[in-house]
Amino acid sequence: MDALDPIVLARLQFAANITFHILFPTISIALGWFLLFFKTRFIASGEQHWMDAYQFWVKIFALTFALGVVSGITMSFQFGTNWPGFMNTVGNVAGPLLAYEVLTAFFLEATFLGIMLFGRGRVSEGVHTLATWLVALGTTASAFWILALNSWMHTPAGFEMINGQAHVTSWFEVIFNPSFPYRMTHMLIASGLTGSFLLAGISAYRWLKNDRAKDVMAALRTGVMVAAVLIPVQIVVGDLHGLNTLKYQPAKLAAMEGIWETQQGVPAVLFAIPDKTTQSNHYEIAIPKLASFYLTHDWNGEVKGIKEFGDQHPPIGPVFWAFRIMVGMGLLMLAVSWFASYELQFKNALSKRTAMVLVAMTFAGWIALVSGWYVTEIGRQPWLVHGVLTTAQAASQVPAGNIALSLAMYLTLYAALLSAYVSVVFYLAKKAVDGGHEANTDLKGVRHA
Amino acid sequence: MHEFGVDLMSPGGWLPLAFALVMALSMLAYVILDGYDLGVGALLDSADSVEQKDIMIASIGPFWDANETWLVLGVGVLLVGFPMAHGVILGALYLPVALMLMALSLRGVAFDFRVKAKTHHRPLWDKTFYIGSLLASWSQGFMLGQLITGFQQDTTGYFFSALIGFCLVFAYRLLGAGWLIMKTEGALQMQAVQWAKSSLWLTAAGVFAISVATPLVSPRIFDKWFSFPNLLMLLPIPAMTLALFLVIRRSLSRLPTRFAQGNQYGAGVPFASTVGIFLLSFYGLAYSLFPWLVIDKINIWQAASSPEALMVIFYGVVLVLPVIIGYTVFAYRVFWGKSTQLRY
Repeated sequence: MDALDPIVLARLQFAANITFHILFPTISIALGWFLLFFKTRFIASGEQHWMDAYQFWVKIFALTFALGVVSGITMSFQFGTNWPGFMNTVGNVAGPLLAYEVLTAFFLEATFLGIMLFGRGRVSEGVHTLATWLVALGTTASAFWILALNSWMHTPAGFEMINGQAHVTSWFEVIFNPSFPYRMTHMLIASGLTGSFLLAGISAYRWLKNDRAKDVMAALRTGVMVAAVLIPVQIVVGDLHGLNTLKYQPAKLAAMEGIWETQQGVPAVLFAIPDKTTQSNHYEIAIPKLASFYLTHDWNGEVKGIKEFGDQHPPIGPVFWAFRIMVGMGLLMLAVSWFASYELQFKNALSKRTAMVLVAMTFAGWIALVSGWYVTEIGRQPWLVHGVLTTAQAASQVPAGNIALSLAMYLTLYAALLSAYVSVVFYLAKKAVDGGHEANTDLKGVRHA
Repeated sequence: MHEFGVDLMSPGGWLPLAFALVMALSMLAYVILDGYDLGVGALLDSADSVEQKDIMIASIGPFWDANETWLVLGVGVLLVGFPMAHGVILGALYLPVALMLMALSLRGVAFDFRVKAKTHHRPLWDKTFYIGSLLASWSQGFMLGQLITGFQQDTTGYFFSALIGFCLVFAYRLLGAGWLIMKTEGALQMQAVQWAKSSLWLTAAGVFAISVATPLVSPRIFDKWFSFPNLLMLLPIPAMTLALFLVIRRSLSRLPTRFAQGNQYGAGVPFASTVGIFLLSFYGLAYSLFPWLVIDKINIWQAASSPEALMVIFYGVVLVLPVIIGYTVFAYRVFWGKSTQLRY
């Protein structure tokens, strides 16, 4: 593969942008609902600490939202510039879904965000709560449309091909395509987990700095408890999603599991180094028959191996490894959130060690999210739309040099913005500790007591 | 539309027309709305003090997210309505688009970082905001220059486009200064009058350059403007544009005295007149280009998606766009009047 192959570069660039982008909506979807929860608790109880929690987290929300908006604008340009074949072939499906995302979600969230952030005092408390509702709904509606499109690319349905172009026969089948319910649920819970670990991690950071204010404890408890409830649900949903993949994208599943040969009584591979030249695994550690059991619910069930698919299968290594990172992260999240909730619930106090682990796992959701995303997206290769259009067919004629130059610039920019984001989130927490919990920061950076 | 072999009674005829209109109006909304906040950004470095900078930012804070969404809608309609042209146009503009996107990203996040990062990092984020606004404006002007020269990729084309980029920065500054005259008071308001004055001439130069160049690019456009009776019917456009420039000039020379007396009467005139100039220029440009997306090469009917897909989106647009406009107006009313310090 030539390093300056325009298809490889276009894929790298798109992957870089979409990876950077997905980090922020994932947080803001969950955080929008957490903010609504804080606000509603404040209105119901009149207890100030819920409003304090709201006012601290809304700053992080605004920052996250801004990064989501700017990286999202980039996406709307790159659909066409990097993948012109995509719109030419499946534009009749993708176009309306993207249009409805902009119309029903983007304007809603962006407009009411202004009122949510700066409108308190200018509108009634009720209208402000309504704005918070609409922002949370907007972020979630946006996920609905984009995941409908993404799922359709994995399990296309409700269309017919006429002269090389997809024409919709049923919008219901397009939107509620076979993988959509699983992907949507899996993604929303992933967002909830990413948000709750962020909540728990930053609150634990403040707690470790001896900030034991009621709003810190409330956010900590909310984060830990929500994570503890969501993670087992996520494991079950993830398993169901896997079964859906087995049915519709068996080659992806074979890559995830590291299964080369079609066989019965398939072992669950815990660790291995897949080798595409020998088409086998090295240093394999596996539990006999377990994969057959959880994939087919029969100890001797048959599962197709990668060799079955000729050259129509994704690259094994990245899918195999990304899947293990995601699952490993999920199990770690299970252990940590359950242990922390046990401490909070039954010992009424967090141990210092648990708090430190929570801080370390502040952005754990991102790791699970991105690796899971890579499993599903790399796992779809060589297809862009499964069975309809390959990635290579959709690539653009833009000169490799232009893509390479802009790719280098994007990567530099994203590295800078990502490190700025993470350090500012922690800095905001530190500033809140130093200022005491009533301290508020206005846009001038002046502290008000 | 006989010359294009299009039957406007059929969905394949009127839907592309409707979407061209939606796209044009979104772009117009974007240029005016994000134009003023880009303009304020491009003026940030000229402010005297940190306090002034804060008020300038506060005047655009609640709006910029939604303002930029119009760009997503405009480009989105280009993508979903005219996919073939989206690939061609944005492929030809690949590097200026990348520059604009990076500039918009930097500027968008600088908004938040400048108040949230460490205090000693603030001047750095302010600079980022300023440079991001400047580069985003310039690259948009560059793209406009490319569009009206039919994507001429040679020295003349690049030079002309770079010049239009330069002029658009000043046009946005004029719009931004007009916005600040409306939304601020005191020394900053006086300062904004000076900024508007210094931006006026290069804005006019840009409008003039585009008006002269467009007919020269294509004989078809030349004929559209300079044949009878079109010429007489179109004459009001340049005449009104000129009149609006004179209105702004007069207003800018009178306002300082009035403001000094505590009289805010007419503070909205420079902004409203600049918006008027943008509208007229936009109308003139649309008249020149229509129905071509790439001059004399790709028209809206050639590039359009299938009528069935457009119809599905059309329902959404008809239902939702009025609601969007409704709550946008609501948001502007909530923050009506002079800007106060923002806190949350």
